Amino acid sequence: MKKQVQIKTLKIEGRDVSATGEQTILQVALENNIQVPRLCFVEGLSNIGACRLCMVEVKGVNRLLPACVTRVEEAMEVTVFSERLDGYRRLILEMMFSERNHICSVCVVNGHCELQSLAMRLGVTHITVPYLHPKVAVDASHERFTLDHNRCILCARCVRVCAEIEGAHTWDFKGRGIETRVVSDMNEAWGESETCTSCGKCVHVCPTGALFEKGKSVAEMSKRKQYLPYLTLMREEARQ
Amino acid sequence: MNLDELHEIAEQQRESDAPFEHAVHVCVAASCLSSRSDQVKNALEVEVKSRGLEHKCKVKGVGCMGLCAAGPLVETRSAKRTMYQSVTPEDAPAIVSSLGAQPVESLMLSLDMPFFAGQRKIVLENSGEIDPDRIEDYIAVGGYEPLITALTAMSPHQVIEEVKKSGLRGRGGAGYPTGLKWSTVQKASSDDSKYVICNADEGDPGAFMDRSVLESDPHRVLEGMAIAAYAVGASKGYIYVRAEYPLAVKRLKDAIRQAEKLGLLGSDICDTTFSLRIEIRLGAGAFVCGEETALIASIEGNRGQPRPRPPYPAQYGLWGKPTLINNVETYANIAPIIRNGGDWFAGIGTEKSKGTKVFALAGRVRNTGLIEVPMGITLREIVFSLGGGIPEDRKFKAVQTGGPSGGCVPDRYLDMAVDYESLAQVGSIMGSGGMIVMDESSCMVDVAKFFMDFCRTESCGKCVPCRVGTVHMHELLSKISEGAGSWADLELLERLCDMVKGSSLCGLGQSAPNPVASTLKYFRHEYEQHIREQVCDAGVCTISQPDEEMSGVEL
Repeated sequence: MKKQVQIKTLKIEGRDVSATGEQTILQVALENNIQVPRLCFVEGLSNIGACRLCMVEVKGVNRLLPACVTRVEEAMEVTVFSERLDGYRRLILEMMFSERNHICSVCVVNGHCELQSLAMRLGVTHITVPYLHPKVAVDASHERFTLDHNRCILCARCVRVCAEIEGAHTWDFKGRGIETRVVSDMNEAWGESETCTSCGKCVHVCPTGALFEKGKSVAEMSKRKQYLPYLTLMREEARQ
Repeated sequence: MNLDELHEIAEQQRESDAPFEHAVHVCVAASCLSSRSDQVKNALEVEVKSRGLEHKCKVKGVGCMGLCAAGPLVETRSAKRTMYQSVTPEDAPAIVSSLGAQPVESLMLSLDMPFFAGQRKIVLENSGEIDPDRIEDYIAVGGYEPLITALTAMSPHQVIEEVKKSGLRGRGGAGYPTGLKWSTVQKASSDDSKYVICNADEGDPGAFMDRSVLESDPHRVLEGMAIAAYAVGASKGYIYVRAEYPLAVKRLKDAIRQAEKLGLLGSDICDTTFSLRIEIRLGAGAFVCGEETALIASIEGNRGQPRPRPPYPAQYGLWGKPTLINNVETYANIAPIIRNGGDWFAGIGTEKSKGTKVFALAGRVRNTGLIEVPMGITLREIVFSLGGGIPEDRKFKAVQTGGPSGGCVPDRYLDMAVDYESLAQVGSIMGSGGMIVMDESSCMVDVAKFFMDFCRTESCGKCVPCRVGTVHMHELLSKISEGAGSWADLELLERLCDMVKGSSLCGLGQSAPNPVASTLKYFRHEYEQHIREQVCDAGVCTISQPDEEMSGVEL
């Protein structure tokens, strides 16, 4: 006998929606075309709740919850947009912009950048916190790709896609706090990595211009991450 | 091992102690050891031997006696007890001569002083009494009897009911009801294994409660873990202890070995079907690994970063299995609760916070050290009675509780009863028990800056608000403390406090703004003074003088 699917009904932004008990608030919101702001989330990868942009208010819960990892419950009432949430989101985006050196006008993904477009959408017209201007490196040792730490927001998409989909686990983090950096293998140059298969998945899930293909100039790099949900689905089916 | 055999060991130990007319207890916990108490102990042993008193006088290394400021501490026990402070090896002859005679006045410390008389010891009842290196000593004072009782005469359900009845709440900081946590883990279904973990990754600056318990009475913690494992149905335990505590690690390792040898840990404990193996895992110096999900990730061999909860470890913990994770002090409370009953424990403390709490008293207070007091005692009693007040009779300013996640409580709340709720109400937390007293020579902007610096460097870097927000808050606090801050900076600081508190992933980020928020609430005038007048009344902050050449120039 097939396991019975549990159906839950809830309200998101005042709209009545239905979901299976396994779904997260974010999944259901997106199904209903409620565009919850998000950056570390990518469909097809595990969710880590790190960027804190998808935080929502749930009636009766006194703290904010990240929509990407919170499962729906019957009769939940979810608020995605409020003055408090929007204020937090803008300030969090300001945190991201101030943390490294984001200069859109000379960036390869200018016009195709998820950070940039989200900031525009949420009305971040300028930064009210001081820029930290860290001195960070560019790793151009790979034959086909470049890693520019100046544009990295530490969303861990590259780390997850490499470990979970490609199975290489070339990327991970070193350091902690503001000193956290993405590293390949044991902090070696990317070009000398023995595990990297040069598949380019990390480049295409990267929301900013931190990872890009060589030979692309300003605004020329657009990313294609549509392959991910299909890959994940096919693997799940193959496993069953 | 059964109850009779245990009693036999206890009896043997007591018999071997009986012929001694005098006992000399020397503290061999880390604080006194660091002021050469091991040499004091050697000197005393040599002196006793040279006078041929070795059959009449026993020199014993014991755990922490609390008043660390006056270490090394030595206590002699003949007809009456005498405590000696700041003992050096050269004092050994005088102390040995004093046995059964007049005490050495110059070194004497009154046991009637409020620091000792005002305490109520449950967690620390064996500290200063038994030799932490010997399991027989622990058994002689009734140790492991509660474990055997639980295993042979109580069902797991009964054990949990007893803990629930006691009203014990987690001593790691959040104060979650221990019995409720246990029953959640017990009910969590698992095909094969469950785990118990002891969180001994004590990292708050100035806090040393857990270290002291582990160094003074390691078996107490093991016994608590074993009772917990039996109650929730776990057969494997981990103690996650920071590598900066080598003595605690050594004593724990020895204790585990001794307990396994006697069949009090390991397979088929006390001839029942219950087995428990306990392993030690060393923390590598990250404060965030005291957060339970980060701690679990670290045990698994991953990067020590927290993950969003739910699911809670009780349901999805170590290697995805239901896991019970409690703090050292919580486990240390378990054996007495089983021995004396939950009702006995619930009779101590306040309505919502039961039992006692160990505090590490530090900062501007005469008697720094470790105290155990009943919940509901006032801050005034702690600071001015047990603590002996402020040195040089300076004016009290605030007491900081709960470490970097806590807040500063001003003098107007000195008469408040200390429990989980009251501290939360005034913007601080119980935390794990760090208590730093500050007088008028402390600048509150500087204090906030110190704790923010700590949080900034200890942030794991996973979530944005904590990773970047703490850096910005620290920059702003530095700016204000240097006299270069503006009103806009103060406003931004408050906005950041709110955002970081409201949106961070784990407890570290959510509570990192507490020291700032509480000082802004109670000592706002100090911030304003730094901004308006570029003055630090306490004289702590270095106010940068405006550049001579630039002064007077309109920018």
